[in-house]
Amino acid sequence: MIESRRPLVLVVEDYQDAREMYAAYLQFSGYGVAEAANGLEALEKTRELMPDIILMDLALPKMDGWEATRRLKADEQTRNIPIVALTGHALAGHAEGARQAGCDAFVTKPCLPDALVAEIERMLAVRRGDGASRRSTRSSSKSKTS
Amino acid sequence: MYRSAAPVDSLTEADPSQIEARLALTELLLASGDLQASARQSIDWLALHAGVQQAVVAVSDPVGSNLLLIAEHGISSTAIADFVIDRGDVNHPLVVALSRLESTYFSPSASTRTPLDGIGFHAVPLRVDEDPPAGLMLVSGTSPEIHPDVLWLARQLARQLARLQSAPGTMDKRLGQERMLLYSIINAVTDPILLTDTEGKLRIANSHAEKLFAAPEDASEGWRRAVALNNMLFSAALSTSAVGQTDLSRRELLLVDPLEGSDLLFELLSSRAKDERQGTYVVSILRNITDLARAREEIEESYRTLRVSQAEVRDERHRLDLIIDSVADPILVTDPEGDIVLLNEPAERLFTVPTTAGESPQRHVRGNGANLTSFVSNVLTRTGEQRYSGEIQLVEPVTGRNLPVEAVAGTILNDQGELVWVVTILHDLTQTLEKEALYEQLKQASAELERKVHEATAELAQQNELLRRQHIELEQASALKSQFLANISHEFRTPLNAILGYTHMLLHGVTGPVTDPQQKSLTRIDSNSRHLLALINDILDITRIEAGRMPLNLTQFKVSDLVVEVMSELEPIIRRSNLTVTAKVKRGVPTVKSDRQKVKQIMLNLLSNALKFTPTGSVTIAAAFDRRHQMISVAFVDSGVGIPQESHSKIFEDFRQLDNSPTRSYGGTGLGLSICRRLAQMLGGAIDLVSQVGEGSTFTLKLPARARRR
Repeated sequence: MIESRRPLVLVVEDYQDAREMYAAYLQFSGYGVAEAANGLEALEKTRELMPDIILMDLALPKMDGWEATRRLKADEQTRNIPIVALTGHALAGHAEGARQAGCDAFVTKPCLPDALVAEIERMLAVRRGDGASRRSTRSSSKSKTS
Repeated sequence: MYRSAAPVDSLTEADPSQIEARLALTELLLASGDLQASARQSIDWLALHAGVQQAVVAVSDPVGSNLLLIAEHGISSTAIADFVIDRGDVNHPLVVALSRLESTYFSPSASTRTPLDGIGFHAVPLRVDEDPPAGLMLVSGTSPEIHPDVLWLARQLARQLARLQSAPGTMDKRLGQERMLLYSIINAVTDPILLTDTEGKLRIANSHAEKLFAAPEDASEGWRRAVALNNMLFSAALSTSAVGQTDLSRRELLLVDPLEGSDLLFELLSSRAKDERQGTYVVSILRNITDLARAREEIEESYRTLRVSQAEVRDERHRLDLIIDSVADPILVTDPEGDIVLLNEPAERLFTVPTTAGESPQRHVRGNGANLTSFVSNVLTRTGEQRYSGEIQLVEPVTGRNLPVEAVAGTILNDQGELVWVVTILHDLTQTLEKEALYEQLKQASAELERKVHEATAELAQQNELLRRQHIELEQASALKSQFLANISHEFRTPLNAILGYTHMLLHGVTGPVTDPQQKSLTRIDSNSRHLLALINDILDITRIEAGRMPLNLTQFKVSDLVVEVMSELEPIIRRSNLTVTAKVKRGVPTVKSDRQKVKQIMLNLLSNALKFTPTGSVTIAAAFDRRHQMISVAFVDSGVGIPQESHSKIFEDFRQLDNSPTRSYGGTGLGLSICRRLAQMLGGAIDLVSQVGEGSTFTLKLPARARRR
């Protein structure tokens, strides 16, 4: 039996405390974690590592989350990677702007780590429900949920 | 044909009464000195004693050769008036008869014209023995036989004539002439003249009278009747007016024209006269006044018409005066020379003054008159203009007060187009001028007011502009504040996110096991962080609502579903409390169109409040529908501590709980009701509160069944 790879989550967050907190909790919850501190770094890491899912803070230096999302969704290679937007702004327009940029889900900060993990699991489950080609992700999720 | 007269001795054969009659006549004749009277008496005697019906006596004209009739009996006086026989006409049968000694009988068939036309008569010459005849007597008789009395009388009368003619012969001649003259005169008068006795029996009538009162033998029936009527009317007139009076009486008498048949009106003048021999008789003169009466009627008629029209003119004038006087404005009529012809009462006060008035009124009146004259002369120069108006300065004569008037003049032309009068009406301008002055003042005041209003308006506009700018500034400030708060809350969240996250991780043993005291401390950190997060979220909500950045998301949903949802979300709290919580949704509550998320937020808040402030008892949720107002109501009824009346409005204010102390016994941010009320208002609804201390509270959410996007 081939040990399935742990799903890789790319956490894009400029605030180091929050980024490392989410990373620690995701690893604790059984995910592989990569980190990026701005939009450009997020693009590089995504193309390099091809994560299963991206947790994207929208307010970022150098390149903001919306722009990074648009570019990833415009790229044939990275288009199918689900992106969960993460923002402290609950004001109207943020969610809509994120959706227009191509985000697949939207989480408002503050978001407790277990709630974030729950959302990531949900998104990955949706992808599996699609019957998509990423079998490894599916099997790893299965093993994780079981 | 004739025979000798009877001798005197025949008297002896007469009976005593006849002798007595002859004696009486003889005495009468002897006493009489009048030829005519003697002749009349004689033939009257014959008529009485010898049955003679008609008789005349003619005598020789003393101066001429004519035979004149001086008496008649039974014949109209006119028949004898124009009867004259020339004695020179020796072939005339009567002249022949006169020259004879004996009487001659004329049969009725004789063609000779005589006073006794158409009947048989005896012509008896009046002569004494062989003396030349003094006259001729004609006595009617049916046969050649002559009555002895006739012969006797002829002898007596002849003697009488001889006696009277021999003695006062000249007088008789004159009398005869006068008589002839009188007849001529009477006949010459065109008015009918009659001599009658007091009974109206005709003695003498002139030819004009005969036309009215006598009809010839061959007259028509109508003529006769007319004559008879006239006689009757005349007798009646005499008997009512003339009888018993000697004075001249005058009256009108209506007779009939016998020939024409028309009415003739006469004035009857009658007077009584006395004559020793003829007795009392009445002379009547009829004056034809038919035309006169007609003329008089016409005159009376035209006079009456004249009077009527005069009265009408007077009335008209009176009315005109009344009208003119009733006009309060002075009216004057002047002739072209400027003299006043007519003026009404108000004008009199200005242009006339009693001579007893003082010097100044007299002077004022003269001044007024001069001003008027000058005005009228202005009018006269403006020929061709019907109306002319101008202002005149007059003075009230008595008070001396200035009286500005407007004069309006009109000219009156006669048929030839010549100006005859100028009519001037004066209108007092005092009030008008005062009004104009007042109006001017008013206008100034109005202009002043307008100016002030203008200034005030400008100032107001300036203030408004200022306020508008301030408003914009405030709005900007408010927006900045909202933005600031939004930013702040975001900035709060980031570190709070880290605190909550790490606390969570520690509590979940991500970094290794924790001791019980550590666990307790971490739990405190966690709950305080959560409270802080709730506060931040509430502030963020209020900020969004006030900044108008809370979007409405209208969908269709069932209130009953929402009630179940809210109750299940608060299930852990309900279970922890010992309250009976029930929900009643009445039938007929329709599907609602509103913002589901916000309605749910309100209901969650109200239910958690009810649970929080109710130590024991029950909480009931009751949903109903007001069809008339199309409003949904959801009431949250608790049996809790209640809220005093004076605090009902306070609890909806920000950061309010009744227990405002720092160590308050109930949790919550104190912003819940404030947000609920704001959200309800956003959805077009409201939250009502009914509560008393110790009797629980009822919060009722009211929402329109169909919310409108604003």
